[in-house]
Amino acid sequence: MDKKTQHTEALKRVEQELKKCVKCGACRANCPAFSAFQREPAVARGKVALAQHILKGDIGLDDQTYLNMSKCLLCGSCVEKCPNEVPTDEIVIAAREALAEQRGLTTFHQAVGRVIKNRRMMTFGAFAASILGPLFFRKVPQTSGLRLRFPLPFIGNTRHIPGIARKPFLDRHPEVIPGEPGKPRIVFFVGCMTNFVYTEIGEAALALFRHLGCTVIIPKDQQCCGLPGMSGGDLQTVRELAERNLAALERHQADYVMTACATCGGALHKFYPAVVGRRNPELAARLKAIAEKTVDAAQLLQQLGLHPEETGAGEALRITYHDPCHLRTRAITRQPRELLTATPGVELAEMEGADRCCGLGGTFNVYHYGSSMAINEAKSRAIMASGASVVATGCPGCMMQLSDGLKQHGQKTRVMHTLELLARNLRR
Amino acid sequence: MIDARIIDKLKEIVGPDNVAAEIQDLLCYGYDATQMEFLPDAVVHPADTAEVAAVMKLANQERFPVFPRGAGSGFSGGALPKGGGIVLVTTRLNRILRIDTENLIAEVEPGVVTEQFQQEVEKLGLFYPPDPASLKFSTLGGNVAENAGGPRCVKYGVTRDFVMGLEVVLPTGEIIRTGGETYKGVVGYDLTRLLCGSEGTLGVITKIIFKLLPYPEAKKTMLTIFDSIDGAAKAVSTIIGNKIIPTTLEFMDHATLKCVDRRFKMGLPESARAVLLIEVDGDRELIERQAARIQELVKPLGLVECKVAKDAAESEALWKVRRLVSPSLRDVNPDKYNEDIVVPRSKVPDVIRRIEKIQQKYDIPIVNFGHAGDGNIHVNVMIDKEVAGQQEKAHEAIREVFRAALDLGGTMSGEHGVGLSKAPYIPLELSPVQIATMQAVKHALDPNNILNPGKMFPA
Ligand SMILES: Cc1cc2nc3c(=O)[nH]c(=O)nc-3n(C[C@H](O)[C@H](O)[C@H](O)COP(=O)(O)OP(=O)(O)OC[C@H]3O[C@@H](n4cnc5c(N)ncnc54)[C@H](O)[C@@H]3O)c2cc1C
Ligand code: SF4
Ligand code: SF4
Repeated sequence: MDKKTQHTEALKRVEQELKKCVKCGACRANCPAFSAFQREPAVARGKVALAQHILKGDIGLDDQTYLNMSKCLLCGSCVEKCPNEVPTDEIVIAAREALAEQRGLTTFHQAVGRVIKNRRMMTFGAFAASILGPLFFRKVPQTSGLRLRFPLPFIGNTRHIPGIARKPFLDRHPEVIPGEPGKPRIVFFVGCMTNFVYTEIGEAALALFRHLGCTVIIPKDQQCCGLPGMSGGDLQTVRELAERNLAALERHQADYVMTACATCGGALHKFYPAVVGRRNPELAARLKAIAEKTVDAAQLLQQLGLHPEETGAGEALRITYHDPCHLRTRAITRQPRELLTATPGVELAEMEGADRCCGLGGTFNVYHYGSSMAINEAKSRAIMASGASVVATGCPGCMMQLSDGLKQHGQKTRVMHTLELLARNLRR
Repeated sequence: MIDARIIDKLKEIVGPDNVAAEIQDLLCYGYDATQMEFLPDAVVHPADTAEVAAVMKLANQERFPVFPRGAGSGFSGGALPKGGGIVLVTTRLNRILRIDTENLIAEVEPGVVTEQFQQEVEKLGLFYPPDPASLKFSTLGGNVAENAGGPRCVKYGVTRDFVMGLEVVLPTGEIIRTGGETYKGVVGYDLTRLLCGSEGTLGVITKIIFKLLPYPEAKKTMLTIFDSIDGAAKAVSTIIGNKIIPTTLEFMDHATLKCVDRRFKMGLPESARAVLLIEVDGDRELIERQAARIQELVKPLGLVECKVAKDAAESEALWKVRRLVSPSLRDVNPDKYNEDIVVPRSKVPDVIRRIEKIQQKYDIPIVNFGHAGDGNIHVNVMIDKEVAGQQEKAHEAIREVFRAALDLGGTMSGEHGVGLSKAPYIPLELSPVQIATMQAVKHALDPNNILNPGKMFPA
């Protein structure tokens, strides 16, 4: 392979990170992609090795690389447990960016473009339109991550897709909802899934933070976090989105940037400074400032002293909790559980492997739907075995994946966001 | 050597999806934890004993080398396809065949991950003690082939001590059983023991019968901090001399403690020069007594502090010090040679002193920690490969470290094996006649030198 004709700039930016890997194999224990494929190129160590060989010029940015690099859910489990702190998720993003530069195929808009051109996807388009309604594609802007989540190229009719809200969350509320003076001012980064699909998460967040007297600010000009684009290697789009989000978030004086979507939180807290910041040093300081202010809703509720036990009693529920990877890898595992168990009527029954990935992994689910659901299979079984009637979690992406898996098992288990459970006694 | 025709034949044996000859697949099966790399010609994923046997028969007909591989976490390059040939991966041989609670035995395939097996037997109140630090990802086949050990070996012994019988595909493709399901058995040579630690050179292990124990009722963890290495080393012999065999006696020297503290702020006392992590397990009352006695025994040996865990969480916190060693080392220098010499328990202070001198002579940092309870010390020679001359210096230093261990009646490697990394040093430890005896065994079983060639013995 001729090194000169390879667009490896993105990989060069992570060259030092690549050197940290000692090939110990510890990632084999935690990588959901490895658990699905059972082959070394799918594990973090394999992807790191391949990235190294691309830089050496031993292999090219070709179909094979594309396939191998697609076998990653960007879940960060390998990074969390790696004794040498190798950021394989960032390395995979860099490889995907290099692939996009080289082949020019996988950018965000071209993915959407392909959908329209491809007959199989058109079939899906019709299917989607029938269940999602004609308004769907008009309501979801070009830049939304949902555009990439829904036009799924290899999807079968088995996929259970949640309905689209009549009115997006951002259109329902004024930009600033004033609270009590002296109480924290919180900017709410809503995210596409909450805005278009699970609006009830947004309503629950609003109710809870207003209950605490906080001022909640919902910038109207906030955008998709860009993670689906990042996962496709389209860093140009991500950069644009990050800049627009920065502007939207910086416009307000606030103590916190709050997310109720683990993925959006992961983007703001980790991927913006790490990936976008590395690539666009001119934005680094601003990205870091936002990252430092970013907190997960459950984490913040606990920090600000929410006492669910004081919010009145509700229907008795046996629930179980799933750890979204992008909360777990930020060490947010205890807070949601503590809040949930303090909620009157709620009994928490831990499932086996609550900390294992649900298998969604952004666009992973798009290209490897079968493997994604294979990873999900263990999750569905664990939920069923827990005997819970509700599974709570902190990420709308996981919610979609969990519902899909459970529905395919013919289960009636409800999937709810932690905030919905916390808020349910409030609104009475 | 391996052409399309052979690839097709391999595909006939294991199915087309289970043979890989794409460059990217080859690259991903050419490394292990030694960080050396060699490119195989193909990677084969058999699903059962018959397929393994068919692959070995083909290899003998066509004369191509076969390199068995588990998880590729080996520290001596045992699974590396040096010189080319096929890598035979055991990932698909991953079934736990039975756990027999009446006879306290279990039968497994070699690709089962160590920790998964432990969890399954523990669900039944049983115990498989061998606990290499890699247990979350290493395979049981790899553990048997390397005769892996871990912290619990002080009391329970190494992997070999739990292997009762094997099913093995010989290098020529015949299938044999060794040992069996009974504790006693004296008919014929003990081939089971021969195969344990044979590093994939004498046969491909396809089934393993393990002995199990009842799961101990309780355990107690203590972190004892000493003001000198000698104090810590004395503590080891004193405890054992007083007829207490702890489950674990892990040792960390001053350099190790400094690394951990610098990175993770463990808040260890200034005067700490060495630490022993001690664990006892068994009957609840017995271990309380043992723990109290151990504290009494170590007190006069320059003890700075003794932390005793009250519950599982506190025990985990104490273990953390030990677990953080590996990630902290990189701060000393980016690259390390990780050797695992063994000396008789009482010689631990002597060998540490000798290593101290070697370190001064070559002026490269050497960090020591490990399983003091059985005299197995991990000697980490820390270098920066990008600095010219450091690799050569490291090799010289390592040679001297091996000599020191041998002079004191020890051995070059307690756990990691010889593979490629230590093959050049073998004549330091084994006499020509010993080597010739071993090679005669190898030749008898593998006349065409098909299985894992180039390993263990110097070329
Ligand atoms: C972070 C880390 C910590 C470690 N800690 C320890 C420790 O505490 N104690 C310890 O002893 N080791 C330790 N090791 C070394 C290593 O994990 C062990 O040697 C382990 O037993 C190797 O298992 P594997 O499945 O990775 O085997 P591999 O590395 O794949 O292979 C090792 C050898 O076994 C052979 N082999 C594998 N499967 C078979 C089979 N079915 N039949 C025949 N031969 C086979 C291979 O040919 C090779 O020679 C550690 C390694 C790492 C990376
Ligand atoms: S990525 Fe980390 S855990 Fe995986 S092999 Fe490399 S160093 Fe080990
Ligand atoms: S980010 Fe997740 S899927 Fe990707 S390599 Fe790491 S553990 Fe595997």
